Amino acid sequence: MSRIDFDIAHLLAGSLVLISFLELYQDRLYALLNVYALHALTLAASVAWQAFIQDAPHLYVTAAIALFFKAIVIPVALHRIIVRLGIHRQIDKVVGVGSAMLAGIGLVALSMVVTLRATYGVESLARQDLAFALSVVLLGLLMMVTRRNAVGQVVGFMSLENGLVLAATGARGMPLVVEISVAFSILIAFIVIGIFLFRIRERFDSVDLQALDQFRGER
Amino acid sequence: MLVIALAGAAALLALAAIAAISAGATAAPRIVYGTSLVIATVSLVEAATQLLGWAAPQTLTLPFGVPWLGAHFHLDALSAFFLVVVDLGAASTSLFALGYGRHEQAPQRVLPFYAAFLAGMTLVLLADDAFTFVLSWEFMSLTSWALVTAHHRVPENVRAGYVYLVMASFGTLALLLAFGVLAGPDGHYVFSQMRATHPAAALGALALVLALIGAGSKAGIVPLHAWLPLAHPAAPSQVSALMSGVMTKVAIYGFVRIVLDLAGAPAWWWSIPVLTLGGITAVLGVLYALMQHDLKRLLAYHTVENIGIIFIGLGLALAFKAYGMPAAAALALTAALLHVFNHSLFKSLLFFGTGAVLTATGERDMEHLGGLIRRMPQTAFVFLVGCAAISALPPLNGFVSEWLTFQAILLSPHLPSWGLKLLVPAVGALLALAAALAAACFVKAYGITFLGRPRTSAAAAAAETDGFSLAAMFLLAALCLIAGILPGLFIDALAPVSWVLIGARMPVQIGVPWLSIVPIAQSRSSYDGLLVFLFMIISGGLAASAIHRFASDRLRRAPAWDCGYSDASPATQYTAMSFAQPIRRVFGSFVFRARERGEMPPPGDMRAARLSVELHDPVWETLYAPLAAFVGFGAERLNRLQFLTIRQFLSLVFAALVALLLVLALWS
Repeated sequence: MSRIDFDIAHLLAGSLVLISFLELYQDRLYALLNVYALHALTLAASVAWQAFIQDAPHLYVTAAIALFFKAIVIPVALHRIIVRLGIHRQIDKVVGVGSAMLAGIGLVALSMVVTLRATYGVESLARQDLAFALSVVLLGLLMMVTRRNAVGQVVGFMSLENGLVLAATGARGMPLVVEISVAFSILIAFIVIGIFLFRIRERFDSVDLQALDQFRGER
Repeated sequence: MLVIALAGAAALLALAAIAAISAGATAAPRIVYGTSLVIATVSLVEAATQLLGWAAPQTLTLPFGVPWLGAHFHLDALSAFFLVVVDLGAASTSLFALGYGRHEQAPQRVLPFYAAFLAGMTLVLLADDAFTFVLSWEFMSLTSWALVTAHHRVPENVRAGYVYLVMASFGTLALLLAFGVLAGPDGHYVFSQMRATHPAAALGALALVLALIGAGSKAGIVPLHAWLPLAHPAAPSQVSALMSGVMTKVAIYGFVRIVLDLAGAPAWWWSIPVLTLGGITAVLGVLYALMQHDLKRLLAYHTVENIGIIFIGLGLALAFKAYGMPAAAALALTAALLHVFNHSLFKSLLFFGTGAVLTATGERDMEHLGGLIRRMPQTAFVFLVGCAAISALPPLNGFVSEWLTFQAILLSPHLPSWGLKLLVPAVGALLALAAALAAACFVKAYGITFLGRPRTSAAAAAAETDGFSLAAMFLLAALCLIAGILPGLFIDALAPVSWVLIGARMPVQIGVPWLSIVPIAQSRSSYDGLLVFLFMIISGGLAASAIHRFASDRLRRAPAWDCGYSDASPATQYTAMSFAQPIRRVFGSFVFRARERGEMPPPGDMRAARLSVELHDPVWETLYAPLAAFVGFGAERLNRLQFLTIRQFLSLVFAALVALLLVLALWS
């Protein structure tokens, strides 16, 4: 593999991690959605680049799926949901920006240490890719934990899944079936969560998860 | 041979499926028990040929189970011997159930699990890798659990099933860990690989302790016996016979397989926990039994006692093997295995007898029985044979195996270690005590149930049981007698097993004159069951004919002097409780903290006087009750986890993931 191939793959994967940090930083839901669209776009680019350098045409399909569903359909749909729910002004954060960023940096360091140690002797592209992918997954989880609003959690979940796709495409020989099934499962999850959002809203006049907790008789 | 045994297990599984579909049909019990009888008999013949013919071990790998492992099966001498025990028990139980099973209220809850249970036990014996072994073991536990809770409307049975399920899962966990220890870091789960890696003595000891917990809890070692006297009586009688007579033996097979075969060369101190627990189990089991007046529960506690005797033999075999005394080790092992065989015979027989009594009277409580020897003479006769055999009276088979165990104990002065030199005689004293108490207990069980006068109208109206049940009981009684008067044949049949496990065998018995047995040397000790039997027959016959000849014609009939009391009520007879009172006062007062309270009504009051006995189960109160309280406390604390918010649940998952990654990052 030539030097430039590797560098571009590295750059795209690295920007995915960077965009994850951007997501973590956003207060407002619209801004969060925009950053998420960027996240998915970068993923599509990264997958397409992998398809190019690995000579694996089926990965183009994956890239197309990522581009169409994740970068366009889902952000638009979420956008409309926010409009219809009228929650675009809400700020939904449990943890402050500073501490969330610090935790995120720690997670990235952790995933680097773990992956680089666990994959000793594997070709360097796969190693780096795996480390980045694990970081994206962990940051997605962190976002799910630090958001109070259900929409924020959906976005966290979606970017977590982006990390999974990144890992899957970085490794050589992952069958297309797996990628397609992952992509569709994410779509179905999105639909289910969307329906749930409206249900929750109908019941409780809010998508704030605290309302659910109050309903359950929380302390 | 192995293929036939496996095919038998598969056929039993298929039979279970058929039974599940067609259990409503009236012919279903006949079909299921009849087919089980045929399968068990075929398998029995095959296993016996394998054992007696010193056939080479056979192995077979089937392509299912864990993908990279497959399912390994084998049939060596040890498996073949236990297969004989299981199949003999299964065959006689199926024969018994052909008659007894007709009285079953809910056959659809018994028949499918009965066949599956038999298949599970067979598969445990044939398994040749840890995965297949544990899977079959758990299958055996679950099917027997379903049989225990077959009559689930009785609250006692539900509780028994619950305790059994908890203890069985705990035992399987211990076994799982034992195999994990033996498999080593490379994960050698096939038994032949395990045998090849000789684990360090400390690791072997850990496997021993885990096997003692895992197999011991299934066999009923004190203090892990708590489920046994609850679960065995709760099942239908034919299943009680299987669980007590056969399943505990499968547990012993598991212990022998792990400790004597897979764990490598034993260290001498491995025998200490086995011997100690064996001695305690023997004595406590029989003491518990003496306090019972429920016939099935009494028998279940006796199973605990006999398991103790078997473990004493196994502990001795371990000690002798560790010190390189193969002849003595072979003697101790043969004694233990012979007791395994014998106990499966007479315990099945006694449970069948109890089942017959239960059908005839609807009672298990001895205090409501009595005088059955007149109503059910044949059952009474075979039950007497079983009682004499389990009490280790010559010329029956129980005596032979306990005598051999004592012979092994008497060899203990040759052991080099002082600890064992002191421990083994103490265990021998416990064994002697247990044997004596067992005799007392069965005098009580037989006397109160079959002798005297009926205590209830149900006992007075009892009728003899059906032909199938009697055939099964007479078969087992005959085997008890044959194994008692011709023990040499059975000892020789066990030689391949001790050859595999110890590398030595007991002296050949078949050529000894007068069919006696000589465990070590002629100058030391010998026993001739046949001579004892002939002596008893001849002297008993002479005495009887002499009495008949010289006394019967001197018979005069006259009104009996009744001490001034007219026609005493049956309540004036000995009861089970009063018979056990001396022993309860001697042992029970400190083991069970037994307290008797007599309640005498004041003069003028017409109420009956009452005597009540209060017993405390030491094991339950000191071990299980605190443990249950602790688990309850922990569960109460953990209950708060159920009321977390969604975000907190997610955070828990996240924290767990990060913690695991941290461990991975910091590891070495």
